[in-house]
Amino acid sequence: MILSVNDIRFSYNSHPVLDAVSFSLEKGRVLAILGVNGAGKSTLLKCLNRILKPQAGSVLLGEKDLSLLPRKAIARRMGYVPQHHAQSAISVFEAVLLGRRPHMGLTVGKTDYAVVEQLLESMGLAALALRPVSDLSGGEAQKVMIARALAQSPQVLLLDEPTSNLDLKNKIAVMGLIRTVVSSQRLMAVVAIHDLNLAVRFADHFLFIKNHQVHGLCSRHDLDADLIEAVYGLAVRVEEIAGHRVIVPL
Amino acid sequence: MCAFVAFLFVEGPILKPSWNEGNAGSKTGSCCLALPSDTAKLGVVTQSFLSYVRRKRTLMLSLVGLTAFMALVAVTQGAYDITPGHLLRVLSGAAVGPADIVIWKIRLPRIISAIVVGWGLSISGLSIQSLLKNPLGSPSTLGISQGAAFGAASAIVLLGKQMVSVTVFAFAGAMGATAVIMVLASLRRLSPEAIILSGVALSSLFASATVLIQYLASDTQLAMAVFWTFGDVTRASWPEIGLLTGAVAVASIFLVCRRWDLNALATGEDTARGLGVNVGRMRLAGMLAAALVAALATAFHGVIAFVGLIAPHIARRLVGSDHGLLIPLSAIIGALLMLSADTLGRTLMGSGALPVGIITSFMGAPMFLYLLVRGYR
Repeated sequence: MILSVNDIRFSYNSHPVLDAVSFSLEKGRVLAILGVNGAGKSTLLKCLNRILKPQAGSVLLGEKDLSLLPRKAIARRMGYVPQHHAQSAISVFEAVLLGRRPHMGLTVGKTDYAVVEQLLESMGLAALALRPVSDLSGGEAQKVMIARALAQSPQVLLLDEPTSNLDLKNKIAVMGLIRTVVSSQRLMAVVAIHDLNLAVRFADHFLFIKNHQVHGLCSRHDLDADLIEAVYGLAVRVEEIAGHRVIVPL
Repeated sequence: MCAFVAFLFVEGPILKPSWNEGNAGSKTGSCCLALPSDTAKLGVVTQSFLSYVRRKRTLMLSLVGLTAFMALVAVTQGAYDITPGHLLRVLSGAAVGPADIVIWKIRLPRIISAIVVGWGLSISGLSIQSLLKNPLGSPSTLGISQGAAFGAASAIVLLGKQMVSVTVFAFAGAMGATAVIMVLASLRRLSPEAIILSGVALSSLFASATVLIQYLASDTQLAMAVFWTFGDVTRASWPEIGLLTGAVAVASIFLVCRRWDLNALATGEDTARGLGVNVGRMRLAGMLAAALVAALATAFHGVIAFVGLIAPHIARRLVGSDHGLLIPLSAIIGALLMLSADTLGRTLMGSGALPVGIITSFMGAPMFLYLLVRGYR
C-alpha cells in the first residue's frame, strides 16, 4: 500500500498556499517536508487528512480516495499530531484513550484499554498514567501526543513540527521514537520539520516546498547542498561527522 | 539515548501484534485491531486508571447523597412544620390536609425546580466553556440571560402582565440572542474568542434596550420588569417543571454521548478534526442544547447568575477534565449549589422572601475569586 498525493491545490481566500503538490510514500518510510517559514508545510499536512479541504487534487491511501470517506474513517487511517496543543488537565491515560475515539462506540471497550496499556508501557509513559498532561514536561507531553496518534491505529502518521519546543535530548528521543515505530510497524510518516539535521538523520525522503510548489523530492543519499541552498537561500555544506550526515550553513 | 532507541527496536514487536496490516481491500476498510484473546485481560495501568475513575465516582455518589439530604432538610424548612415522617406519608398518598398541600404545591415544586435549574444551568455553562474553550463561558456571557430579560420587559410593558406571554417572550429573547450569535458564527466562521466577544456585545445591546423599555414603562410595569429579573425558583408549576426537566434530560444525554468529542475539542480544534470530530457541527449542536436549557430555565425562573459559571469550575477541580466525569459532577454540584442557596435564603428570611438569584450572585462572586486565587486546573 502506498500513500499517493496528486496535484494538491489549496488557497486561503484566493491567496495561494499550495499549487499542484504531488508525492508518494511507501510503508515503513518517513518523509520530511522542508521549506522556509510560511512555505505551506503545515497546510500540506492538514490537507492530507482533510482538516483543510484542498480545492483540487486527491489523496489516495492504497486505492481509497480519502475525500470520499467520512471524517471518522479518515481518523482510523491517519493519526495527526498538531504543532500546538492546548494545555488540558486531562490525565495521560485519558489523553491517549482519546485516540481511540474513531474506533469507539458509545462506551470504551476492552480493546481500547489494551491498546492504551500497550502504548503507555512500550513508550515508558506508564508511570505518568494518572498525571494531568498539563503537569508534564515538553518532551513527555509530546510523547503523549504521539501515543494518542498511535492509539488511532493509523497507517499514516502526520506530525507537524514534533520537535519544535524540545531540548536536544528530547528532540533525538522523539524523532527516534517516530523512526522506530514507523519501521517496526510498517507505518508511513509525514513530518513537517525545520531542523535539517534532524530530518537528515531520521527521514528517508525529503520534500522541499518553495513558492507553493514542490521544488525537489529526494532520498537521503541524493540530498545535495545545491538543493538546500536553492530552497533556503543560504550556502551550506553537507558533511559526514561521526557517521551522521550534517548540514552546516556557511 | 542510543540505548533508548535500541530498547524500542528490541521491544518494537510487542506493539506489533495489535496492528493488523489493514489493506484497503479488507472488508472493514480500516486498520482494525485483531488482538489475541489473552491480551484482552485488563492490564496493570488500566486497572489503576479504572480504580482512579471509581474513586471519582464514589465522590460523585457521596455528593448525590448530600444533595438528597439537603432536599430532605429543605422540605422541613419553612413556615409550616413538616417532618420527614409527614413527607413519607404524603408521598405514599396516605395523608390529606394542610401538609399535603404544602408539600405538593409549595415545597416540592420549589425543591425540584432548584435541582433542575441548577443541573441545567451548570451543564449549559460547562458545554459553553468546553465548546468555546473559554473558562468564562456561561449562559450570561452569550447574552442569553440579557436576551431573556429584554423579552420579559417587552412583554410586561407592551402586552400587559399575563405571565404566559412574559415567559414566551423571555424564551424568545434568549433564543433570539443565541440565534444571532450562531448565525454570525457560521456565516463569518468566527473563532471561539470572537463568539464570546460578540456575546458580550449582544449582552450590552440587550441591556440598553431593556433600560429603554423600562424608561418608557409605568411605575407598576417598571417594578414588575425589575422584579422579573430576580431569579427565583417559586414561579414554576408542575407542567413547566416537567418541560424544563425534559429539556435538561435531553441535553444531558446528548452531552454524555458526545463526551469524547468534548474532550477532543478541549485539546484543540485541529486535534479534534484529526480525531474525526466534525467541529462545526458539534459546536452548533452543543451550543443549541446549552442555549435551549438556559433559555427555558431563565424564562421560567428569571436571571440566576453564577451557577452556570462556577459549578463546572468546582467540578473540574475535583475530577479533572474528562467530560465523562465532568458532565455528571457539574450537574450535581449545580443542583446542590442552587438547593443550598435557596434553602439558605428561606432560613434567613422566612418562606419565599429572598430570591435565590440574589444569593447565588453573593455566593458566586467570592467563590469564583477563591477558585481563581487557588488556581483552577
